[in-house]
Amino acid sequence: MMFDAEQLPETGEGQAKPLNDLLQKIAASKGCETKAGPGKSGCGSTGTESTLPPEIWEKVKNHPCYSEQAHHHFARMHVAVAPACNIQCNYCNRKYDCANESRPGVVSERLTPEQAAKKVFAVASTIPQMTVLGIAGPGDPLANPEKTFKTFELVAQTAPDIKLCVSTNGLMLPKLIDRLCQYNIDHVTITINMVDPEVGAKIYPWIFYEHKRYTGVEAARILSENQLRGLEMLTERGILCKINSVMIPGVNDAHLVEVNKAVKARGAFLHNIMPLISAPEHGTVFGLNGQRGPTAQELKALQDACEGDMNMMRHCRQCRADAVGLLGEDRSDEFTTEKVMAMEIDYDLEARKAYQAKVEAERDATQAAKADELAKLAGENSDIAIQIAVATKGNGRVNEHFGHATEFQIYEVSTAGAKFIGHRRVDLYCQGGFGDDDKLETVIRAINDCAAVFVARIGTCPKEGLHKAGIDPVDRFAHEYIEQSALAYFKEYLEKVQAGGIVHVARGDADIRQGAFTAV
Amino acid sequence: MAYKIIASQCTACSACEAECPNAAISVKKGVYFIDPVTCTECVGHFDDAQCAAVCPVEGTCVPDPAHPRSA
Repeated sequence: MMFDAEQLPETGEGQAKPLNDLLQKIAASKGCETKAGPGKSGCGSTGTESTLPPEIWEKVKNHPCYSEQAHHHFARMHVAVAPACNIQCNYCNRKYDCANESRPGVVSERLTPEQAAKKVFAVASTIPQMTVLGIAGPGDPLANPEKTFKTFELVAQTAPDIKLCVSTNGLMLPKLIDRLCQYNIDHVTITINMVDPEVGAKIYPWIFYEHKRYTGVEAARILSENQLRGLEMLTERGILCKINSVMIPGVNDAHLVEVNKAVKARGAFLHNIMPLISAPEHGTVFGLNGQRGPTAQELKALQDACEGDMNMMRHCRQCRADAVGLLGEDRSDEFTTEKVMAMEIDYDLEARKAYQAKVEAERDATQAAKADELAKLAGENSDIAIQIAVATKGNGRVNEHFGHATEFQIYEVSTAGAKFIGHRRVDLYCQGGFGDDDKLETVIRAINDCAAVFVARIGTCPKEGLHKAGIDPVDRFAHEYIEQSALAYFKEYLEKVQAGGIVHVARGDADIRQGAFTAV
Repeated sequence: MAYKIIASQCTACSACEAECPNAAISVKKGVYFIDPVTCTECVGHFDDAQCAAVCPVEGTCVPDPAHPRSA
């Protein structure tokens, strides 16, 4: 596919050659997908048949935040070394810090760079599939440059195999880009919620920039200019860039299509549109003024609208700034500063590599199984698409008991294939007091748009409740590969519809839950 | 002349410490504290007091009535 960056709208003239090269590579591959064969696979969920260029695949294949497939197998950790921030967002309240709370900007302990480095080595030795260290706050890593860069320096000395990432609001990116590049950073995430300062003024009350506090439209304009310039500079330097956008209904939801175009034109690799997390008890401006978050289907519709030839990330868990483990699990309790400081740590690079090779083999096997199953659907042609919820502990398998699941992964299945489209948290509210019956209702609300739920095991009572709600509880794929099972189920489903055994009906919408996370 | 931090509202985010041109801010009992003797309210350095301009909690970093501006 020919693709000339000069024809792109909104890209400046005189860009360095690497930018054009990267834009061409990303455009030619359309990034990533979930249907490729073993050894090649994708990051977002675009569902195209194309594969990634080898050098980009190398960068994302074991990065859970950049590859949907990788996130089933590889883990990440964040260290909370960067408490200061240089902007205020209406969805953030820095005073709220509850150990039972899981959302960005929240941590239980702040670390010095030295404590953070020791924690990284401790986690890497305990969880060999932990491949990525990110610094994401709880403030902004580039508003704390000395702490952020010192942490990277210490980690790189002992653990050169760990990928280093930052997640930033982008305000300081243009000024700090050269220092950032000194630390071999392959991946940067920028949170961009608007490209129109009028919209921005509704999201950001103020910024602190060059020794001055700016407010209103002027603040949003300065922020936006630095974000977009920063993105261009990262692309010019060959650094893969993910854009996070918070979907705020009535504020920036329709506008995010424009944001998607603007970041795509500047070479962003992946776009992650996340639902607003907003509840009064968070004490944020949006939480207190009753601003709602989107429903599951509203979020999906926007992600679908932006998908086109841009990779959309749909597996984000909006994790804490001190999260540890696979996306969707949090093992940070095992690695408190007190426990880490008491640990004897032997950083064994070879053992880590050997373990990761096994994980790669498992991942390839899931892809091969999926390709085999998809081949069986080759002759089918139907407009029917269903969603399936899956209880899983990871490794791409149906391996969690219904009653133990704290989240369900959601797959959309059609004759085009099985596509991961998101996840739904179903853990109990930390305010407590909810019994089992309430939990089932919570789960049904969260997966109400699904035709079936795949589980390793399920009790009789929840089974009946799910049937009543029109959701088919399925335990016959216990411990099998998820995507292969989803395709097999769909084939049977189609056959039943065609034989008149069942009538296909479109399912309703579902809730995205807003409350605090309770670690189980 | 000096600013002060209302300890009960400080989140200890450290943003003010890095911005202070006089190195007047340090940690005391888990939160940040401005040394009123060293603080100049940034006069001669910047138009605004940096600690107050960067503080994320409204009304937490404020002019200290015990150390008013002399001019």
